[in-house]
Amino acid sequence: MIDKLTIGRRALLGSAAGAAALGLSGAANAQKPLVIGFIYVGPRDDYGYNQAHAEAAAALKKLPGVKIVEEEKVPETVAVEKTMESMINLDGATLLFPTSFGYFDPYMLKEAGKYPKIQFRHCGGLWQQGKHPINTGSYFGYIDECQYLSGIVAGATTKSGKLGFVAAKPIPQVLRNINAFTLGAQSINPKATTQVIFTGDWSMPVKEAEATNSMIAQGVDVVTCHVDSPKVVVETAERAGIYTCGYHTNQAKLAPKGYLTGAEWNWERVYTGFVDAMKAGKAPANFVRGGLKEGFVRTSAYGPAAAPAGKAKADAVKLEMLNGNYVIFKGPLKDNKGNTVIAAGTSHIQTDPALESMNYLVEGVVGSTS
Amino acid sequence: MDHGGIGLWGVPLAMLAGAIRVSTPFLFVSVGECLTERSGRINLGLEGTLVMGAMSAYGMALYTGSPWLGVLLAAGVGVLLGALHAGICQLPRVNDIATGIGLMLFGTGLAFFLGKPFIQPKAPVLGAIDLGWWSDIPQIRQALQVNYLFVLGIVLAFAMAWALKNTRWGLIVRLAGESVDAALAIGTPVGRVRLIATSIGGAFAGVGGAFLSLYYPGSWNEGLSSGQGLMAVALVIFARWDPIRCLWASLLFGAAGAISPALQSVGVTEGYYLFSAAPYVLTLALMIATCSPERSLRGAPGELGVVH
Repeated sequence: MIDKLTIGRRALLGSAAGAAALGLSGAANAQKPLVIGFIYVGPRDDYGYNQAHAEAAAALKKLPGVKIVEEEKVPETVAVEKTMESMINLDGATLLFPTSFGYFDPYMLKEAGKYPKIQFRHCGGLWQQGKHPINTGSYFGYIDECQYLSGIVAGATTKSGKLGFVAAKPIPQVLRNINAFTLGAQSINPKATTQVIFTGDWSMPVKEAEATNSMIAQGVDVVTCHVDSPKVVVETAERAGIYTCGYHTNQAKLAPKGYLTGAEWNWERVYTGFVDAMKAGKAPANFVRGGLKEGFVRTSAYGPAAAPAGKAKADAVKLEMLNGNYVIFKGPLKDNKGNTVIAAGTSHIQTDPALESMNYLVEGVVGSTS
Repeated sequence: MDHGGIGLWGVPLAMLAGAIRVSTPFLFVSVGECLTERSGRINLGLEGTLVMGAMSAYGMALYTGSPWLGVLLAAGVGVLLGALHAGICQLPRVNDIATGIGLMLFGTGLAFFLGKPFIQPKAPVLGAIDLGWWSDIPQIRQALQVNYLFVLGIVLAFAMAWALKNTRWGLIVRLAGESVDAALAIGTPVGRVRLIATSIGGAFAGVGGAFLSLYYPGSWNEGLSSGQGLMAVALVIFARWDPIRCLWASLLFGAAGAISPALQSVGVTEGYYLFSAAPYVLTLALMIATCSPERSLRGAPGELGVVH
């Protein structure tokens, strides 16, 4: 039975090839859509990380000649390889976006070696020129710029001078956000400190609520976070009557009183660039980065509780960032153990790869990376 | 320490607050499972019941605007899932453990499937009793915000302990759990007793789930339970099948879960992965301690896990 079917398909392919030889291939190719696979680690509508990507995927669906296939809640295990294979072999995807940090090594790299004609672009800062396959790449946004601006507003609004940060894992992107948030707060309120609590994983609702509550008990009056879904943190803070800065998407609706501002992704911008390249028959760029200036990230509108001084300063800094001449990480900068991490006179501009392997917490952060 | 904070005192306080906030789902699931196991049935599917309860309660609260209707629905869903488990287990040569695992996967899967539209919206949540009115310290007031369900859970734990010991019904349940032969000899319908006990146990787990989605953390998402239902089943063994000990064990687990954030919030930041693992290490230690080749556990119902 199965053999007969295969032969049937082959015969079909043969006739298709014949048709192609007759010069019909142009028309057939034009109708074949570009199939793009999106893989998410959590649910698509988590009010956070995955939703930010899924919203961009939904926007791509509207483009002509593009077909999107999605799979959500794929763990960072060998399961993601199976998902990629089925997207490639069954759906005919030629461009894949495994969006979670842990998909890259070894899963995506393995699949990239196996399917050299398929393009893989990973969200996160792990791809390196020369070290990783050429059909892979990475894209990420400098969302720390928005975190810095959130920090300014938080630092101006806090009464206790204590800010809180609920974080999932001590990886470079998370540490960079914590540090940028703290530096922003210190730029307007030199005494401000940031308390960090690591929950250990991207989605731990009870632990996130517990972390928020224990920080509130220690006098923290502005919290922000870097977990997949900020919903629990934002709601817990709102119920306790303290302020929040959002992350990933806009959570103003969840905290109408206490929402100050927030750091949001604008992935649509990034993905559209990739799709344009694919449609033009070129390989998409391997190393894509951008911040406020490139429109990869944006800030939430200020909430009613945001202090006017903070808003004014944040607007001024944002303008400089949009012009592309604001440096967040510059020396002299010490970590919270007293070591100098950036020497005086050294400036790390946003594109500096040194920032993508950040492994310290700056002075003023209460917490540890291990 | 600095203004606004209460320094190291925050750790015991946060653990107390954590014990009160985090323990309620453990309390409901374990007290319910206690009854089920005393009747001679193990229901590992309670994790699924918990998640289904959380989802249905949140959905109901969202549509009707009344969180208490959500709690009722969660209890109802729990009864159905419990009855399903008991019904399947009554068939000849069916293993409760395997059925329980099946129902756990079924419950969580169904809840994730039906719960999609409830992730985004914000449902009304249950209120709390303010037991910290006597204090001026906001941290203490916050810690002593006690939810009605927690109080209900404590009352139910004591009521069940009393009923198991002192009522005719309690005697029948215990008899069904200790010796099927003896129960059948005096004409006790063992199947029906277990069906009722398992259904009530399911209702308890459903209410525990409602607490998760409607009070703390107070929203529905797919990572909500993260194994609390399973841990609560392990807790029953730790509590030696005694509802009142279930209460203490739940409080202990709640406090253990609060250690890691509490310590980090006062600046003890090294080794938080270890502290985060505390409740799981506790579970594991209990399982190892109780996994004995001979049946040496005091208090274990004699018919538990026996396949007929």
